[in-house]
Amino acid sequence: MPTSVRTALRYLVLVVIAVIVLFPIYITLVNALLPGQDIAKRPPTLFPLHPLWDSFSQAWTDGSLGPYLRTSAIVSIATTLAALATSILAAYAFAFLEFPLKRVLFALCLATLMVPAEVTIIPNYRTIQLFGWYDTYPALIVPFVASGIGIFLFRQSFRQLPRDLRDAAVLDGYGHWRFLGRVVLPLNRPMVGAFAIFAFLGSWNQYLWPLLVTNTNARRTVQVGLKQLEGLNADQQNIIFAGTILAALPIFVLLLLFQRQLVRGLTAGAVKG
Amino acid sequence: MAALGHKRRIRTAALAYVMVLPAFAAFAVFVFYPLAKTFYLGMFRVPPFPGLPQKFVGLSQYTSVLSHSQFLEPLWDSTLLVIFTVPAGIALGLGMAAAAHRQLPGMRIFRTIFSSTIATSVAVASVIFFTLLDPTTGLFAYWIGQRGGTGILGNPTWALPAVAVVSLWQNLGFSFILMSAALSSVPDEILDAAAIDGATGARRFFKVTVPLISPTLFFAAIIGVISGFQTFGQIDLLTQGGPAGHTNVLLYQIYTTFYTNADTGTASVMAVALFVLLVLLTLLQFVFVQRRVFYADER
Repeated sequence: MPTSVRTALRYLVLVVIAVIVLFPIYITLVNALLPGQDIAKRPPTLFPLHPLWDSFSQAWTDGSLGPYLRTSAIVSIATTLAALATSILAAYAFAFLEFPLKRVLFALCLATLMVPAEVTIIPNYRTIQLFGWYDTYPALIVPFVASGIGIFLFRQSFRQLPRDLRDAAVLDGYGHWRFLGRVVLPLNRPMVGAFAIFAFLGSWNQYLWPLLVTNTNARRTVQVGLKQLEGLNADQQNIIFAGTILAALPIFVLLLLFQRQLVRGLTAGAVKG
Repeated sequence: MAALGHKRRIRTAALAYVMVLPAFAAFAVFVFYPLAKTFYLGMFRVPPFPGLPQKFVGLSQYTSVLSHSQFLEPLWDSTLLVIFTVPAGIALGLGMAAAAHRQLPGMRIFRTIFSSTIATSVAVASVIFFTLLDPTTGLFAYWIGQRGGTGILGNPTWALPAVAVVSLWQNLGFSFILMSAALSSVPDEILDAAAIDGATGARRFFKVTVPLISPTLFFAAIIGVISGFQTFGQIDLLTQGGPAGHTNVLLYQIYTTFYTNADTGTASVMAVALFVLLVLLTLLQFVFVQRRVFYADER
């Protein structure tokens, strides 16, 4: 086969895959721009000649996407920052300090990796009730402020720093806090970025837990909010589609901005090298 | 001098405890305590009417629940879902990664498109497909020949496969990223050498590339099985376990038993069972990762 035909075939395969992957997203966008009653028209409209953008504002206000997105942003950012802080602190202790029970505590850290949050929802739901946190931000954030995988990844990353660095820092009169802030963290910026993305995505995409512990629109995250949207009438489906786009948009932007960190975060530990 | 060293060691240890305290306080309250408590709650039978005291029945509730169809049927539904999604997800991700592996002009765009579904969440994907599969208005329902009636999500035979397709599509991006990373870790020299030896494209792929990336394939399989058994959002948004329990996966059954029926005891027993299942899968993965590290050292 001549090379040009081969190349053309390759592109054909790529385009076919791209169309299949993108079609649900494309038709979501198209339907969001159609008048509600036109979505069920057959043959279907595959290109909106007169796009209507008010479905987005309707989803934002009538569909409560505005408050949902606000809650999700607050919860995800707070959870990410807290998980970064607790993980970095604990990882520093495990990587650089000597203390009794160090091995036991680290083993316990690894043990948490085997306990998915889904398994402990029943007592955790009761704990939230007991603390009076039902339908509040703490209920959505506090259970996830510590991350076993975060501690593990940062410890691995910290331990790869050359010993000389620590010795040099000690000679310069650096204490542990200064060494952490001025040497360790700046040198581990890629790891901080990768874990931040990983933690943010995990928090943003949660579904079961927010469904359990919230019951008002002011505290529903966007994922749970979509369930409220699902119940709209058939002639308001443009609002449903617009809502799903608004819900996915922040992550899509994040993906475009931080593609490299995202890939690193998602594949952490999966592929050697 | 010795006293000084001693003092310093104590100071270091105190600092270490301060640093690990936030993480371990959270672990204690939201991981270890509830794990033990779940096991404990599984030993109490909840009376059928609210207000009556719970009765301690010990491990007998474990044997009765775990041998009952209310647990076994959801376990089977979860297993089916895993069978439908995991091999297909790996194959599709690998196929896409292979198609996008060669450097061609415009490949960056294709890579971005192929990984685009990671921008969606389970809820986003589920609501999109729920609307597109609506038997009276949905475009996909129209294309597969459903006009009115209960629709594919209300069909006992096809509801679970439909849920699997939604999961598959939502996971394509992740699978593609994982497989692309694996493919780019295969050294070109090895493939070139195989080509010189006369191996054709397909042969090279299955005899050289696939064995070399088998650790990632195994990792993807375990991750896929684990997340398959944790499926919840798709069910809640697409089928609510129906029709007639045909998509009532394990975690959804735990949720309705606890949240809707307030049967904490039965739900706890099933949560413990899910935990044991996932621990076994995770251990399998750890053992394998250990062995892979060993391989890497040997080379």
